[in-house]
Amino acid sequence: MIGPDPFPLSSPPGPQVRPVHDPFHGDLLEVSMGPHHPSTHGVFRMMVTLDGETVVKLKPVFGYLHRNHEKIGENTSYLGSMPYTDRLDYLCSMTNNWAYALAVEKLAGQAVPERAEYLRVILAELTRLLNHTCLAGFLLQDCGASGTPLMYAFREREKILDLFESLSGSRMMCNYQRFGGCRVDPPAGWLEAARTVAGNYGQFLDEYEALLTGNEILMARTQGVGVLPGPLAVSAGVTGPMLRAAGVAYDLRKVDGYGVYPRFEFRVPLGAHGDTYDRYMVRVLEMRESIGILRQALRDIPGGPIMDPKARLRGFRAKPGEVYSRIEGPKGEIGFYLISEGGPNPYRYRVRPPSLINLTILEDLCLGQSIADTVVILGSIDIVLGEVDR
Amino acid sequence: MSDPAAPPSPPSPPSPPTQAERDELRRHGILLTSLEELYNWGRSHSVWPLQFGLACCAIEMIAASMARFDIARFGSEVFRPSPRQADLLIVSGTVTKKMAPQVVRLWNQMPEPKYCIAMGACAISGGPFKQGYNVLKGIDRYIPVDLYIPGCPPRPEALLHGLMQLQEKIRAQTISGPEAPRHLQAGGAPECAVPDFGAHDLQPPQNPEVWRPPTIIRGGGA
Amino acid sequence: METLEQIRDRLLARFPGSAVALIVNLGPAAQHSLLVDGSHGRAVAEFLRDDPALRLEFCSNMSGVDWPAREVVETAVVAAPDPAGGPPRSVEQKVKRLVPGYLEAVYHLFSIELRHGPVVLRLRTANRTDQVTLPSLTPVWRSCEFQEREAFDLFGIIFEGHPDLRRILMWDEFKDHPMRKDYVEPDDYEWEPTPHGDVLAKARKHYPAGAGAPAAAQGEPRP
Repeated sequence: MIGPDPFPLSSPPGPQVRPVHDPFHGDLLEVSMGPHHPSTHGVFRMMVTLDGETVVKLKPVFGYLHRNHEKIGENTSYLGSMPYTDRLDYLCSMTNNWAYALAVEKLAGQAVPERAEYLRVILAELTRLLNHTCLAGFLLQDCGASGTPLMYAFREREKILDLFESLSGSRMMCNYQRFGGCRVDPPAGWLEAARTVAGNYGQFLDEYEALLTGNEILMARTQGVGVLPGPLAVSAGVTGPMLRAAGVAYDLRKVDGYGVYPRFEFRVPLGAHGDTYDRYMVRVLEMRESIGILRQALRDIPGGPIMDPKARLRGFRAKPGEVYSRIEGPKGEIGFYLISEGGPNPYRYRVRPPSLINLTILEDLCLGQSIADTVVILGSIDIVLGEVDR
Repeated sequence: MSDPAAPPSPPSPPSPPTQAERDELRRHGILLTSLEELYNWGRSHSVWPLQFGLACCAIEMIAASMARFDIARFGSEVFRPSPRQADLLIVSGTVTKKMAPQVVRLWNQMPEPKYCIAMGACAISGGPFKQGYNVLKGIDRYIPVDLYIPGCPPRPEALLHGLMQLQEKIRAQTISGPEAPRHLQAGGAPECAVPDFGAHDLQPPQNPEVWRPPTIIRGGGA
Repeated sequence: METLEQIRDRLLARFPGSAVALIVNLGPAAQHSLLVDGSHGRAVAEFLRDDPALRLEFCSNMSGVDWPAREVVETAVVAAPDPAGGPPRSVEQKVKRLVPGYLEAVYHLFSIELRHGPVVLRLRTANRTDQVTLPSLTPVWRSCEFQEREAFDLFGIIFEGHPDLRRILMWDEFKDHPMRKDYVEPDDYEWEPTPHGDVLAKARKHYPAGAGAPAAAQGEPRP
């Protein structure tokens, strides 16, 4: 659009976003995609400059969900920040909780009993299943399959949310991990119900894949689209399934071996091309591996206490020091950097958001593609704005 | 005894039919209703929400539209992406100050009759993120809200309950008189002012035509 | 991976003018860090990324930290002459010292190829007011691009050499740096039904407190 913008940007337009009149190619069109747009990723805005339908420049604009989580973390006690970590990546609250609990446990030198470690692995893998299923649904929604894969995905998600609700009291904001273990022991029958859900998930994945994986529309829209080369991914700090789809074998469950992950046998799927189809397939294969881990963990979970007896919840203070600890969340490496000065609140509370850092190469992936592909590429990066903006 | 010099009192109008009489008529295939009832019935049972999710509550809103909770049976089948085609703005999630002008703009672009639901603690008052330099302490500071659904996040059933309350509210509206909805009143509904980005805060921090902080009188001691 | 002391020694040998120091991290996590001065920051970063024994090509996290000026009380043992003419005695003296404030950028580096880490790199500014410039490490590790913008936005650290340094989370007309410790929030707390703590102090400024009057909360119907 040429002329004064009736909806001006919050950032003053620099030379790169003003419409440019290029005499050889005609006018370039500048489109503001967002912050309210039908793609269901949240309040994210992309300033896209188009030459016809091809993307010439893309600048993401963040901050529409900046809720000053880090400042609240400095003004709240360690335990008081646990419910806020639920709201970071609001689809995967259990893994956010674990990442934060792990960071504080490392800061304070706190041990965790074995039953709690197994439970954490079970909940993290259930969260991974939930997240990847929803991602497949949202990606297909962005491709235009408006509703059906998302309906199937949410139907399965409800079964896992039932498990979370009976365990922690809340569907989404579980607030379940504590420093030194978990909040409460699973009720009677919970492990059986989890076994049933994990057992049936393979069949659901078969049904889902029969609908999607060989689907020629999906393949035509995603193969060769948004190719991410491995070295660029490493330099840009991309982590999670996106990095593995680019061919780099780096999964923190294997590399760092946190929790009791070294006891389980599972493979790490890698992509060969780094395109959107690979990112989708890596997530589907990760779901299959997660079902395997769940089966092993639910079989081997020992009895015992759920919380370390020496853990102090009230009046928790960590010794002065700092720590950076990370886990493999469903979206990538989620890390917490905490600086303690010995008081009840952390001095500095920093979240390493995988979604924000995965977006570093959004422009690189979208250049030269058509604008319809931009939505598909964004869908395959798997962002959640609660984490991007914190 | 009636006074012979007084003018005769006008005949009393026939009393409106009772519900039992209307049911009897309906059994014979005759539907007796008023224009107001019909108008409100049509409006309340086809409220189309705007596809507008801000944060975590949006996921519960999406779950409410999915197979288990199914908002479609309440008439809200289609979530419209364009504000020009939507009736209901469900503000689901934290409204930040950076996002607030866009929310008000979307509200202004929606045609009357339009309704607003503030879903979740963040939309009502800022919620758990209230102590925030970028968090708007409730969307009702800038736009008029019809219904508040508490929760963090409210369950999909809570959203459906809220939607049913909104439907009752629409059915209770009259076509004429002071209780009429905004679009039927003379003068129509004014546009809500869109705030600007200031150096430290939004300008103005709230819209005084829409919201004024309630008076609280506190005692001297803590 | 070699220890941080060995890395520091190699860095000092490679860049003789740089003041690379080891910051010991107290506490059980024992993640010590390397403090590098601003002028050698980029060169040290490239060395850490390209050195065959380290190959730290993955910058996982970059945070800004605000350290305001604080008073430190140190006890020093001083030899004081004995007024009676005897041998000098050792006297403990408490010395108050003002440690000037600074802003800090902390980088957490890992190696994907060699599977080791983290190596923590710290860069400090000279003060919090006018000398807040640090070299940008975005040309070395692309992942710092958005995180350095965030440190600029929320702390006010200016990164030289950053390809696109502007605000990322707050709007561009915003003037403050909110994550600093001395940031004062805008006063938009007019309505708070049950305040306590510092919110109560803010609420009292808005509402008249009748001395001795019973606390009554009354809401006006919304217009």
